[in-house]
Amino acid sequence: MSIEPTVMSAGGAAAAVGGFLEFEKPLVRIQHDIEEMEREQRETGRDHAADIRQQRTRFKTTLKRLYSSLTPWETVLVARHPKRPLSTDYLRMVFRDFCELHGDRAFADDKAIISGFARIGGHKVMFIGHNKGKEVKERIACNFGCAHPEGYRKALQKMKLAEKYGLPVVCLIDTQGAYPGIGSEERGIAYAIATNLMEMARLRTPIVCVVIGEGGSGGALGIGVGDRVAIFQHAFYSVISPEGCAAILWKTAEQRKHAAEALRLTARELAKLDMIDEIIPEPVGGAHRDPEKVAAGLEKYVVAALNDLKRLTLGTLIRRRQERIRRLGSFFASPSEAKARAATDVSTTRRSTSRTSRLRTRFSQREKVTT
Amino acid sequence: MAQDKVDVPAGLWSRCESCGHMLYEKEVAEALFVCPECGHHRRIDARTRIEQLVDPGSLEEFGADLRSTDPLKFKDRMPYKERLKREQGKTGELDAVVVGRAFIRGRAVILGVMNPSFIMASMGAVVGEKVTRAIERATEENLPLVMVTASGGARMQEGMVSLMQMAKTAAALARLDEAGGLYIVVATDPTTAGVAASFASLGDVILAEPKAMIGFAGPRVIANTINAELPEGFQRSEFMQEHGFVDRIVPRGELRQEIARIIDYCGK
Repeated sequence: MSIEPTVMSAGGAAAAVGGFLEFEKPLVRIQHDIEEMEREQRETGRDHAADIRQQRTRFKTTLKRLYSSLTPWETVLVARHPKRPLSTDYLRMVFRDFCELHGDRAFADDKAIISGFARIGGHKVMFIGHNKGKEVKERIACNFGCAHPEGYRKALQKMKLAEKYGLPVVCLIDTQGAYPGIGSEERGIAYAIATNLMEMARLRTPIVCVVIGEGGSGGALGIGVGDRVAIFQHAFYSVISPEGCAAILWKTAEQRKHAAEALRLTARELAKLDMIDEIIPEPVGGAHRDPEKVAAGLEKYVVAALNDLKRLTLGTLIRRRQERIRRLGSFFASPSEAKARAATDVSTTRRSTSRTSRLRTRFSQREKVTT
Repeated sequence: MAQDKVDVPAGLWSRCESCGHMLYEKEVAEALFVCPECGHHRRIDARTRIEQLVDPGSLEEFGADLRSTDPLKFKDRMPYKERLKREQGKTGELDAVVVGRAFIRGRAVILGVMNPSFIMASMGAVVGEKVTRAIERATEENLPLVMVTASGGARMQEGMVSLMQMAKTAAALARLDEAGGLYIVVATDPTTAGVAASFASLGDVILAEPKAMIGFAGPRVIANTINAELPEGFQRSEFMQEHGFVDRIVPRGELRQEIARIIDYCGK
């Protein structure tokens, strides 16, 4: 449940040299060759066009190959890629007329979570999203997207405003986790997250959540309870960072690759566990290689979800949301209940048989009448 | 069921882990496992707690045979299935919480007691489900809910399944709240992380045993992040009361009467 501080200080930037991740090494060579040929072509006037084209194709196929079989740890690296689009990018590409609303009305304006009115498709919504920040200065100002209690309170205060005016809430999740610090504890980070979980479960307006990068534990869930929860193809969502898990269970952070695998934190694994409703596809090579494309997918998903949810009455909406939450992670067995269920199953089958036969009799009677 | 008392060395005498005093075990047990010398509240397992808290023999347990199905097929240095078996053998419990209907000084309650002897009472699917059922039972039967919390947080070995138990328990509490149900939390050492950030923080009244560790992030993680020493008493009950997140600090010996008093005030 805790986040690994070393990751935060590195900010993922060290993992990507020249915009390439560790596992993308084969691409670096090809890219280098292309650049060499282009330079030579420029300088000597020799025609390398055919070779360059060939290398570009090789680049594409290699990229495709690498990304079609990402390991869980590689997925974590992609989700943390320094060039990966952030909430603010989607705000610009997908949402219109953003009217930012600051502050939690109690302590401060936490820049790790941004919120405000916005439009998407034909909908007016309340936008809430973690902000990791782009430049060093901004990243520090928003604690690399790790929110303090005031961030979660700000989110809730804006959600309540949305509820009052019937605006749906759209949450974009991208955080390593809530900020682990003295002030964070003093101002009640546990209480702030707990309150959001409870209030989001009963907020009387639709809520759509999308994990766009890192879904870091309670800090992600704190704005992650909704009617629909989707995740980007190369994003991840986990109870603890692979580094933190490795440090605790394997006693060494070196085992992070194993931890990433064991935690089943990828979109596909989460779908298998019924933790999420939909996977939003990313272009080959990850969201950062074609932000517009993944943005279009996000817009399509959110608009369709809102269209669906807005059709429901508030009562049905809340009931279904709570039923959905109630079913989450029902991975337990009970011998006594299994026995009880088996017994009721028999009786329901009997009941349904008698019901069918009753219907059949009625149907045949009607037939008789008509004939 | 086998009783395995937390941190209790076998033998007649033991040393208080706080003041170092040599203590006669029988005396400590009579003092509810509170050190007669310094008042240190020792961690106790769920059965001992229940024995101390409820009217004798009044607990009617439910969900007692729920067990984890190991949804992730998790394996670290040891398969999770094996770890579960070992813990089950050690404690005589199937998982880390006991829930049921009981009486406290004659008042009917729905009670949940977490068991720090079982993987530090971490919350996986079974703990989440049993806590949720306790909340729902309290809602249906219109009884006060008393949760004695202690937990290291979500159970890593159940991954996202365990994280979602936070949402599940909190959503059930929203329904209890709407029904006007009373929810009393008794936070004991340690109440942290995913459990602190869900049902342990949502009580109408939050009581805490003295000097219990209560907080979200682990102190070591915080110290590493801010690169500084943590203040004395950080994340202890007294600190949490000082900062407004605990209503009352109640010594173990007074819990029964305090819970009864609050139930009477809330007219349940």
